[in-house]
Amino acid sequence: MKATSKFLTGERVLIVYAIFFLLFLYIPVLFLPLFSFSGSQYMTFPITDWTLERYVTMWKKTKLLEALYASIKVGIFASVISTILGILVARAMTRYLFPLKRTVMGFILLPMVFPEIIMGVGLLIFVIFVGMQLSLITVTAGHILICLPFSTVILISRFEGFDRSLEEASLDLGENAWQTFRRITFPIVGSGILASLLLTFTISFDEFLIAFFLSGDDPTLPIYIYGQLRHVKNIPYMLSLGSIILLVSFVTISFAEWIRRRGMSSKKVYGLFE
Amino acid sequence: MAHIIENLLSRNDTTKAYSLLSPSLLLLIFVFAFPIFFLVAYSFWTQDYVYVDTTLTLENYKIVVNKASYHALIKRSLIISSLTTLVTVLLAYPMAYFVAFVVKDHKLLWLIALTIPFWTSYLLRVFAWKLILGYNGVINGSLSNLGLIDNPLSFLLYNPFAVFVTLAHAWSAFAILPIYVSLEKIDRSLLEAAADLGDSAFRRFWRITFPLSFPGVLAASMIIFIPTTGDFITPKLVGGSEGIMVANLIQVMFGKANNWPLGSSLAIITMTIVTLSVICFVVISRWLISRIK
Repeated sequence: MKATSKFLTGERVLIVYAIFFLLFLYIPVLFLPLFSFSGSQYMTFPITDWTLERYVTMWKKTKLLEALYASIKVGIFASVISTILGILVARAMTRYLFPLKRTVMGFILLPMVFPEIIMGVGLLIFVIFVGMQLSLITVTAGHILICLPFSTVILISRFEGFDRSLEEASLDLGENAWQTFRRITFPIVGSGILASLLLTFTISFDEFLIAFFLSGDDPTLPIYIYGQLRHVKNIPYMLSLGSIILLVSFVTISFAEWIRRRGMSSKKVYGLFE
Repeated sequence: MAHIIENLLSRNDTTKAYSLLSPSLLLLIFVFAFPIFFLVAYSFWTQDYVYVDTTLTLENYKIVVNKASYHALIKRSLIISSLTTLVTVLLAYPMAYFVAFVVKDHKLLWLIALTIPFWTSYLLRVFAWKLILGYNGVINGSLSNLGLIDNPLSFLLYNPFAVFVTLAHAWSAFAILPIYVSLEKIDRSLLEAAADLGDSAFRRFWRITFPLSFPGVLAASMIIFIPTTGDFITPKLVGGSEGIMVANLIQVMFGKANNWPLGSSLAIITMTIVTLSVICFVVISRWLISRIK
């Protein structure tokens, strides 16, 4: 009996710790939306004049809209291409045994742990050396590289639970390859594909360092924000813009993580880093 | 006969696999391997005003090796990132343990709550700390509004400590996931057996849970140590001149100073030191863990 109550004390301590940890994780970020409603130039308590003014006027900044549009474009291309590549890699990895399998996997995942500054300057050198112009295309290429490890890992954990005999049964029963894909393969791996699209879009949309070196004269949204942070008078607008970005990514990520993990066994509930 | 067919089949598998992999491998070669190759090449070239002299030379490496201010910067980067790694892993372990062993009903919810910061904008998370620690920021401004201080506390922002706090916050969620995965994999019957045989809770943890979760701790350490050593945005926004790190110097070489070859050799040296540190760390900690077992 004594042992049980002791164990429960330990659990209680851990629960308190977990709550504090979550607060530590979230509270600093919540200062952004909080002060975005403050009319004061300074981010201090107590907040006296509450206003929505920044949320209304920031849309008049054409540079902001251009950067937003650039980021959306880059994000769509980077997420679609890296997800398509990820599907092919996941298919190869889960279906076939082939020489150098582990090496190839390690190579594909390497950009995930590689210092971004080194990838950034390396790409800059290479792009200039072959005589290309810095543009949103070079940014997109860099973003596909850093998104690919993530789409691969997300999709492999989906494809692993895939029973191949379902496809074979469908083909045996006379369905053609396209029908089999549409009615068997896609419904099973579709949630993984959607999760991969959403998460890689978020990675690209928020990515700073690669874009910093490769964007040339077309800044993406993070580069625009970084430039604005130098002028104190622009910071309030970055608070409202940042809050919208945080809100949108919060909703997107929660949705993506939910569909990604739904229906997975608890052991595999976290597929990343396995 | 059988093994010939088997061979043929497996070759077929190999062809199929590599044709599926080929677009990704091409991408990696052009966007990753070639750039790194050119970075290495550049580090052996020299900048001659506007032109780059492509004669191979160790000149840049000599400059880096002989310049004390560069050493100090690399050393500071390594110290800050080691501290960040240590603290984040220590903070994350109990959290990962909690989700793996204590949470029963809403595991998915907890995991998602802990993963969201991982995917959200790094720039904005660092920006939040600039707001909190700044001269007119949340802490200083609020304290002086309340009449508790007359002058802003200047030790809060623009120093290595601010960089460390911001990094520790920004990366703590990253450490939880790999540790959680390794804890979740542990066979619970091992712990039950140890308990039945009379091992105390502490002994069970030290002899079973901790060694078995160690691969996760190792993965977490690397996931944090490697990128934080080369982190650019945190030292730039909250570090000031006291807290800048090696990535900021590399960026200056590719920007204002316009000395790409020197910047390249700095990047290569940093990468080499990081790789060697990681290898040392893995070897030493594996040895220590084998002693526990």
